[in-house]
Amino acid sequence: MLESVLIANRGEIARRVIRACRALGVRSIAVYSEADAGWPHVSDADEAVLIGPAPARESYLDAQRILTAARERGAQAIHPGYGFLSENWRFAKACEEAGLVWIGPPWRVIQQMGDKVGARREMQRAGVPVVPGSEGPVGSVEEARRMAGEIGYPVMLKAAAGGGGIGMVRVTDAAALEQSYAAAERRAQAAFGAPALFVERYLTQPRHVEVQIFGDAQGRIVHLHERECSIQRRHQKLIEESPAPNLTPALKERLTAAAVTGATSVGYVNAGTVEFIVQGSEYYFLEINTRLQVEHPVTEEVTGLDLVQAQVKVASGEPLAWRQEDIVQRGASIECRVYAEDPARSFMPSPGTIVRWNPPEGPGLRLESGVTEGCQVSVHYDPLLAKLVATGATREEARARMEAALEAFVIEGVKTAIPFHLRVMRSAAFREGRVHTQLVEQGAFNA
Amino acid sequence: MPEDVKAHITGVVFQITSKVGDAVAAGDPVIVLESMKMEIPVEAPRAGKVKEIKVAEGQTVQEGETVAVLD
Repeated sequence: MLESVLIANRGEIARRVIRACRALGVRSIAVYSEADAGWPHVSDADEAVLIGPAPARESYLDAQRILTAARERGAQAIHPGYGFLSENWRFAKACEEAGLVWIGPPWRVIQQMGDKVGARREMQRAGVPVVPGSEGPVGSVEEARRMAGEIGYPVMLKAAAGGGGIGMVRVTDAAALEQSYAAAERRAQAAFGAPALFVERYLTQPRHVEVQIFGDAQGRIVHLHERECSIQRRHQKLIEESPAPNLTPALKERLTAAAVTGATSVGYVNAGTVEFIVQGSEYYFLEINTRLQVEHPVTEEVTGLDLVQAQVKVASGEPLAWRQEDIVQRGASIECRVYAEDPARSFMPSPGTIVRWNPPEGPGLRLESGVTEGCQVSVHYDPLLAKLVATGATREEARARMEAALEAFVIEGVKTAIPFHLRVMRSAAFREGRVHTQLVEQGAFNA
Repeated sequence: MPEDVKAHITGVVFQITSKVGDAVAAGDPVIVLESMKMEIPVEAPRAGKVKEIKVAEGQTVQEGETVAVLD
């Protein structure tokens, strides 16, 4: 077993990793910026190192400062959490070269899956379905027209250099293509400095369903079932749950099998998530997230397994303790991300000082929180304050527990997404499990 | 009448997208703020000419603070 782990992150995920280290008897070393000196992740850890000023690129994104801290404290391993440097293959490689154990997949896998075109090609080769579309950028409007004719309208024009949904243009029919193509090129040039475009089938009411996978260094790969993550704003998840509601056993079987096939084809090790777009009975590969996912707690709740402890054990060289047939999904679990954002002002950031923090308690509740009363929520980082997780024997029991917990949660000093979450929990669409990724933008949960 | 362009949220000035003398239309971004990993444009409340930019890139501004002035 590893003797010590440096956690290159902050907030709730740093605390989650520290907790796993403590349970395993592993020394935990936190890093922090000047803005986070009084934050819980700093006091939770066995040791803590100040690595720089508040801006992330001078602290949590500064690979050199983190490697220096690791060397000075004699850390054996680095856990990157999610965000920041977690999917930066150069950092993972630098850790390896510095003699540190990287708690995550090999850097070559991070590199390969970080190249979205290469990842798509690799999955296609392995027999995992991908969204019908161009293999690479189309060179001209004529080529786009030919491709669109092949895959069928409506299609989506996407910036090849882009991401996060920026610069996407929907084209309903062939007549609209020429004008839309010019507009999409302009947007891609303005946003990413390159006009190249992909053509892809446009899915009208897609669901986002993902599969948790886990591999060990001995070559075994298992899945830990699926999560439904369709409630999103700006392509960022707000609510996740496991199991995915209204997913037929046949489709679920195909999804989990495809995830294991895809992960096996790239030699995946440690925790990862294979994301899919689901529409009707069709599913398409989206990407592999080569790290621990924000929403991993719902999977832990329904499987009874500790993913973060398993990450540390597998990084230590231990084989996975689970056989596929032992991993059973029991009950239902829902997670709401408590962001410091104002849902009444289209989820604008709401920095400020938390003057009151009174979390709910009750059966089936779990809180993964990065803050406490008095914390100053700064403009420099992601607005996630905490993740509230409610679990029950049935989905309805989990939902009712979540609704009651959200009502009881008192946070003062910053605006939060809680009023939005309450509307979702009470909505017919959510209660009936009729969710898709367009719901929030369509205003389905507006006050 | 000159009119102040005010930040509607607290953030760090990410980019100054206009310069003194530029003609802007209502809704054009004058500067872009970064807050909690989001880039948020501060838009001109009306058409006009940029008379003054009162902030620099990297500077923190508070909600309600004047970032620019229109002629």
